[in-house]
Amino acid sequence: MNEILLSFEKAFYLIISLDRDLMGIISLSLYVSITAIIIASFTGIVLAYALSFREFPAKGFLLNVLNTFMGLPPVVVGLFLYLMLSSRGPAGFMGLLYTPSAMIVAQTILAFPIIAAMSYSSIASVRPNIKLAALGLGCTDIQASVAVLKDARYGIISSVMAGLGRVMAEVGAVLIVGGNIAGYTRVMTTTIALEYDKGNFDLAIALGIILLLICLGINSALYMFQRRTYR
Amino acid sequence: MRLFRNVIWLVVMLSMLSVSTAAAGTRIRCASTTSTQNSGLFEYLLPIVERETGVKVDVVAVGTGAALEIGKRGDADVLFVHAKDDELRLVEEGWFVNRHDVMYNDFVIVGPPGDPADIKGLTSAVEAFRKINSMKTSFVSRGDNSGTNRKELKIWEETGVNPKGDKWYLEVGQGMGKTLRIADEKRAYTLTDRGTWLALKEREKLDMKILAEGDIMLFNQYGVMAVNPKRQPHVKYAEAMKFINFLISEKGQKAIGGFRDSHGNQLFHPDAE
Repeated sequence: MNEILLSFEKAFYLIISLDRDLMGIISLSLYVSITAIIIASFTGIVLAYALSFREFPAKGFLLNVLNTFMGLPPVVVGLFLYLMLSSRGPAGFMGLLYTPSAMIVAQTILAFPIIAAMSYSSIASVRPNIKLAALGLGCTDIQASVAVLKDARYGIISSVMAGLGRVMAEVGAVLIVGGNIAGYTRVMTTTIALEYDKGNFDLAIALGIILLLICLGINSALYMFQRRTYR
Repeated sequence: MRLFRNVIWLVVMLSMLSVSTAAAGTRIRCASTTSTQNSGLFEYLLPIVERETGVKVDVVAVGTGAALEIGKRGDADVLFVHAKDDELRLVEEGWFVNRHDVMYNDFVIVGPPGDPADIKGLTSAVEAFRKINSMKTSFVSRGDNSGTNRKELKIWEETGVNPKGDKWYLEVGQGMGKTLRIADEKRAYTLTDRGTWLALKEREKLDMKILAEGDIMLFNQYGVMAVNPKRQPHVKYAEAMKFINFLISEKGQKAIGGFRDSHGNQLFHPDAE
């Protein structure tokens, strides 16, 4: 118990000390995860939207695949990407291995199915009534689609939050493709894993607390945004 | 529209961030092992390397098995590992060049203070392992193809026993620190490098003891070698050689010998020729 209290104390001191290394790690975490989420959101929502307005034979199968990929093991994604990005792999010429960009790619792959699948359910659930009503009121197709997206906004933002939670907490993939290089590809979660390896349990927990606080902050902002726009 | 504007803002802020985190200067990539990283050696040594040679070294710390594979694939410029037989074989095969001994420490066999297999004071690792096998006392193996794991398997090979699959032989597939913790919880024996042992024993109050040490077989040689630029033309060979030459220079050797862990123990002994 004492150890855990000590961790909270340590977390507090780490935050107020504004340690330069720690700030670098935090900003890299945010940069990687938020960039990945932005890419995954744009592509995921576009796919979800396209899926809900089209009927085609393989649609059920595609949705099944998307739902399955929501549970992709990060280590598998990491290893697969490593083989792709390795200098002997098919995408090796890009020189992305062990860079923050590789980590962004990994996290985008992890977040994309979550955002696409969850956005699809929220768009699909509002579609029939809203779209028909909009069309009935004389809206064009595009205007009707905008109305649908607006109505599904609550669920879409939830899907973005879920994706963000997944990538901020993820360690297996970024460890493999980022390499956990000090001052370059070391993020919050890989630092926590490393400090655990080193036996610095209190520091690991302290970093975990800071990570949770950051996620709380981001989610609160998204939640306020969700509330405000939903009215 | 407000959503759109907010997103644009985010993108602008992020691209500024990416500029500030972008890499600059000569940096090379060194694949190394978790034991070296966890001891704190790199945190101490790399700033000295950068000051003396102008080369910034990015360390990717993985198990020795993974480090060798990463090097063979050309995903690193230089390797700093401890599996001398494998290193020499891979140099022979043409994957790596300019291999040098850099430093050493040693392995010790640790276990519960009660010593149920009665190996205390033995100076033969093979003899100790034989006794552990005949008493069927729990033994925790790294099981991760690391340098330590390879050393352990080699000792088992010498005893002529294959413990794999036996109930008392636990392959955990984890790093040294975690393995020691598991051995402590399970009241089991394990093979560990002295550095990790010294660091963990005091910090975590492990209820374990060094029971066998001093065998020439338990000697743990660290070596450095460059990825062969003829096989992997894209590697930064010149910079890698600057790093290697510094490590084996008098200055570099002195720096390694001067490294102390947080308890004041010397963990590595320089021995470049």
